[in-house]
Amino acid sequence: MKELTIDATVENIETVTMFVDEQLAQMNCPLKAQMQIDIAIDELFGNIAHYAYNPETGPATVRIDVLQDPLSVVVTFIDNGKAYDPLAREDPNVALTAEEREIGGLGIYMVKKCMDEISYEYKDGKNILRIKKKI
Amino acid sequence: MDIMENLNGNQLCISLEGRLDTTTAPQLEKVLADRLEGLTELVFDMSALDYLSSAGLRVLLGAQKRMNKQGSMKVVNVNETIMEIFEVTGFADILTIES
Repeated sequence: MKELTIDATVENIETVTMFVDEQLAQMNCPLKAQMQIDIAIDELFGNIAHYAYNPETGPATVRIDVLQDPLSVVVTFIDNGKAYDPLAREDPNVALTAEEREIGGLGIYMVKKCMDEISYEYKDGKNILRIKKKI
Repeated sequence: MDIMENLNGNQLCISLEGRLDTTTAPQLEKVLADRLEGLTELVFDMSALDYLSSAGLRVLLGAQKRMNKQGSMKVVNVNETIMEIFEVTGFADILTIES
């Protein structure tokens, strides 16, 4: 298990991505799975940066756990901001035309589709969002 | 992310390199805001783009809506990860994608 606690800001998305990619490289994670996890970081850490402490700034912790049989990586995002369950949101209608489209909710929807599991809990004043990907 | 522009009359080709995400999407948005005036053809070359997130989709959607009014837009040289994103989000039906 490895973890990083850092200010939840858009500027720090890159630092979090590099931290996670370093762990994935040690596991010989295939490039495609790594890119899908990187996209999930952009969406999930980006959401925390934009909304969790808005208009203030606060910390978030990103933790990586490796599971065997099958080899999988679990990335957990923890913040102490406002309670928010991104999974409670209805999936966007992806069959609309360009003119009818709204972009809201697309990020979390992409994460749901690209990861094997995603879960949310609010516990002891913390938002805890977990994604799991087989590699 | 690096953005390279190649303007040929009313046709603009934008080549993207790296990642089109929350951090970099505003750069592309700014280029588009400055360059789309009078264009009839817009091409995004994604051969050197690793991936894009929803922030990138938002910018592409804005460009598509604008080009629907004044000409055409296409996306070329999309890798497998990006194609999957276009497919799951329904953008494969909104965008004109050529491989």
